[in-house]
Amino acid sequence: MTEEKEMHESQHHIVSPVVYVVVFLTLLVFTGLTVGASYIEMGVFNPIAAIAIACIKMVLVVLFFMHVRYSSKLTMLTVGCGFFTFLVLIGMTLADYISRAWGQW
Amino acid sequence: MPDSIANPHGAEHAESHAHAAHPPYLRHHFESVEQQADTTNFAMWLFLLTEIMFFGGLFTAYLIYRNWYYPAFVAASHQLNIFWGTLNTLLLISSSFTMAMGVWCAETRRKSGLVLCLILTFILGLGFLGIKTIEYSEKIEKHHVPGFHYSLNSFLNPDSDEAAKAAGDKPLPLDMARHTEVYFSLYFAMTGMHALHMIIGISILGYMIFRAQAGAYTAGHVTFVENFGLYWHFVDIVWIFLFPLLYLISRHANP
Repeated sequence: MTEEKEMHESQHHIVSPVVYVVVFLTLLVFTGLTVGASYIEMGVFNPIAAIAIACIKMVLVVLFFMHVRYSSKLTMLTVGCGFFTFLVLIGMTLADYISRAWGQW
Repeated sequence: MPDSIANPHGAEHAESHAHAAHPPYLRHHFESVEQQADTTNFAMWLFLLTEIMFFGGLFTAYLIYRNWYYPAFVAASHQLNIFWGTLNTLLLISSSFTMAMGVWCAETRRKSGLVLCLILTFILGLGFLGIKTIEYSEKIEKHHVPGFHYSLNSFLNPDSDEAAKAAGDKPLPLDMARHTEVYFSLYFAMTGMHALHMIIGISILGYMIFRAQAGAYTAGHVTFVENFGLYWHFVDIVWIFLFPLLYLISRHANP
């Protein structure tokens, strides 16, 4: 019983080409969007929009091209932990550098 | 004899293992093909996480220096050619797509399809590096490579520089203009490390094309193609972030 369940869980999932084509076209659209957005004056929102679009593109690549959406829980957990640790490291470092001189002028 | 190691799952399993024909690519220290595939997938992701941390350090350095020397970073980024950058992004995304299709071909045992996908990925990767070469040679011509021959001309006299003039740059004070060298140091470090990853990937692709022609990946064992795909998509993701950070976000921010 458990063996059967395990077998089912780890069964190799073949992602269909339709998914790849849709993701590919979406990535192209977002590339156009990010280039277009860079020509519009939005002040502080220019970098925010650019990074937000980059994050969306990354998530699409990770979930579908890299099959994480269809992977084992171990892989999902590994990827999740990795990105979480990464964000903590970057977030803490940036928070330190940005706030270091506060109140000193 | 490695096979005589006590089997935790009891004699029944050991017997079935000894008799059941298993695929030649199943290593003996794994219980099943699935376990072997999961293990290599897990290991590949651990490797990619170390790579993410590595590039993450460069990205953090870039963000901190951009925050400190903002006018210099804005003026320096106006020197990059948005057309080449966009074209390179399209090439790399297309190569990721052909690679993903290659994995599908390997999984569904389409040999000629796999070879075609790998060759397309190879060509698109080379195209990316070719455009990168054009961009680098522009930087060399303008003396924008950090070092003894670095020139501040584009930033002290922006009217004498086409790209700076088009962006409407104003002359930077000398001390701020000097910090453009920091931008280009990070530019070459980040795109250079990315290009190195591309070169390594293209070399492995060349090897894979020959192996794929011999039918190595279309007989049920797709781990190598799959894990190489993960690597290739990772390199694509790094570029997805490099492109907006280096080329786009300072377009309209006049110093």
